[in-house]
Amino acid sequence: MVDTTRPTAVALDEATVAFRLAGDRVYTAVEQASLTVEHGEFVAIVGPTGCGKSTLLNVAAGLLKPVSGTVRIFDQPLTGLNKDAGYLFQADALFPWKTAIDNVAIGLEIKGAPRVQALERAQGWLTSVGLGAFAGRYPHMLSGGQRKRVGLAQVLIRDPKILLMDEPFGPLDAQTRQIMGNLLLELWNADRKAVLFVTHDLEEAIALADRVVIMSAGPSARIIGDWKVPLARPRDISEIRMEKEFHELHREIWSVLKDEVMKGYAQSTQAPAVVA
Amino acid sequence: MSRPVLLLCQLLVAVVGLALWHVFTTVPIFGRVLLPPFFFSNPIDVASQIVDWFVRGTIWKHLWITLLESALAFTIGSVAGVLVGFWFARQPRVAAIFDPYVKMANALPRVVLAPIFTLWLGLGIWSKVALGVTLVFFIVFFNVYQGVKEVSPTVLANGRMLGMSERQLTRHVYWPSALSWMFSSLHTAVGFAVVGAVVGEYLGSAAGLGYLIQQAEGIFDVAAVFAGMFVLSAFVILIDLLVTVVERRLLVWRPDGAGGHG
Repeated sequence: MVDTTRPTAVALDEATVAFRLAGDRVYTAVEQASLTVEHGEFVAIVGPTGCGKSTLLNVAAGLLKPVSGTVRIFDQPLTGLNKDAGYLFQADALFPWKTAIDNVAIGLEIKGAPRVQALERAQGWLTSVGLGAFAGRYPHMLSGGQRKRVGLAQVLIRDPKILLMDEPFGPLDAQTRQIMGNLLLELWNADRKAVLFVTHDLEEAIALADRVVIMSAGPSARIIGDWKVPLARPRDISEIRMEKEFHELHREIWSVLKDEVMKGYAQSTQAPAVVA
Repeated sequence: MSRPVLLLCQLLVAVVGLALWHVFTTVPIFGRVLLPPFFFSNPIDVASQIVDWFVRGTIWKHLWITLLESALAFTIGSVAGVLVGFWFARQPRVAAIFDPYVKMANALPRVVLAPIFTLWLGLGIWSKVALGVTLVFFIVFFNVYQGVKEVSPTVLANGRMLGMSERQLTRHVYWPSALSWMFSSLHTAVGFAVVGAVVGEYLGSAAGLGYLIQQAEGIFDVAAVFAGMFVLSAFVILIDLLVTVVERRLLVWRPDGAGGHG
């Protein structure tokens, strides 16, 4: 249920992101990207490797500043970090020296919640991601999928209005990815946050999202397509892939994406392209 | 190799070594003792010297002094190393200013400081503690500095996105990371604390294992010199075992640290 009566959760307008390289050269990662995520909307960004998908996400998180263009969060210009957002990273981001439950509770503790109460709610969140019995484990004692579950609980316990996810299930095997996808949809269904989900997997994007946004190959990546996903909710990720609508949409988007993937691959095998 | 076999082989090395030592120092071969007992003593004399020390109880005082010096050197050196390392890592400007002096101080072979410390602090335990501190400090300092510098950027970004202030980042991210690096240098740091203590004693003191060895050398009592070395080795191994136990407890969260599910 996309709610357009409320202010747009994330609005990038003509955002360009560039990095200064050695010797005064400038690398433009993303060029004039405009993108909106409405309240309660699940948007997936898909693009070839190295196209700047994560860059765009970091802009929405306030971790990166665009050199031109604007970022508005709930109609307010973004300055500094995006405090309304929870960020699920691709790489391991849990605190390795904290147990699972302490990793989850920390988001409340730093806001000044009493420890007992924070731990109680953390235990509740661990249970909802299916790790109720693993509270005392340190991250290295958990599998990759379990660590992602803890990460999800760590982010969701703070109840962020926006969820930013950077290929969160990338390192997982195919089966675990589907299970995690279903878990994510189930948790998201409970309170429909605005979600910006970056992935290189088109199937995953269609199965999860309300809208799929396609980026061109970098450098100077642009947004080159935007599709609504008309599939009904609630969805089961492993079932939905069998449906006819899914296939048609997949074929349609893939015809556009394929060329970019090839371009991206060609570039990744050449010397790095640099824009002066 | 199974464990009993391994133990047997290890034992065999000791037995063969001691036997060779004994034979070469006591039995004439081709009319001549290969290792003159005056320089090499022999295992029996060395063993009886060790037994004698423990039976009469004279060794305890020396062991206690060396232990005390090592412990003080380790504690003071570690605390200073952690604090300064942490401070430098969080204040790159300070680190840049002091960088050449830190390198210079670390480049100096610490033994040459011993006479100065003896002049300043006397022949008691503090001159040895000071020497140990100069060794321990740099090991801990470099480790902590590195530890804070090499905090995973993702973990750091995660802390920020979870809403941590700079102070909270220090407490929940930088500090645990720095301490974990300090603990991983524990074995080296403790070893150097003992080196500092013994070398200091050797160069001028009234008690301790270094003093014992130095005194024996002064009267050409080679048996006592060897006996002192064996006691010192056993002493360091015991301390090292203790450190391993402590390490296991403190680094449970480490993937390569023992005690976990690995």
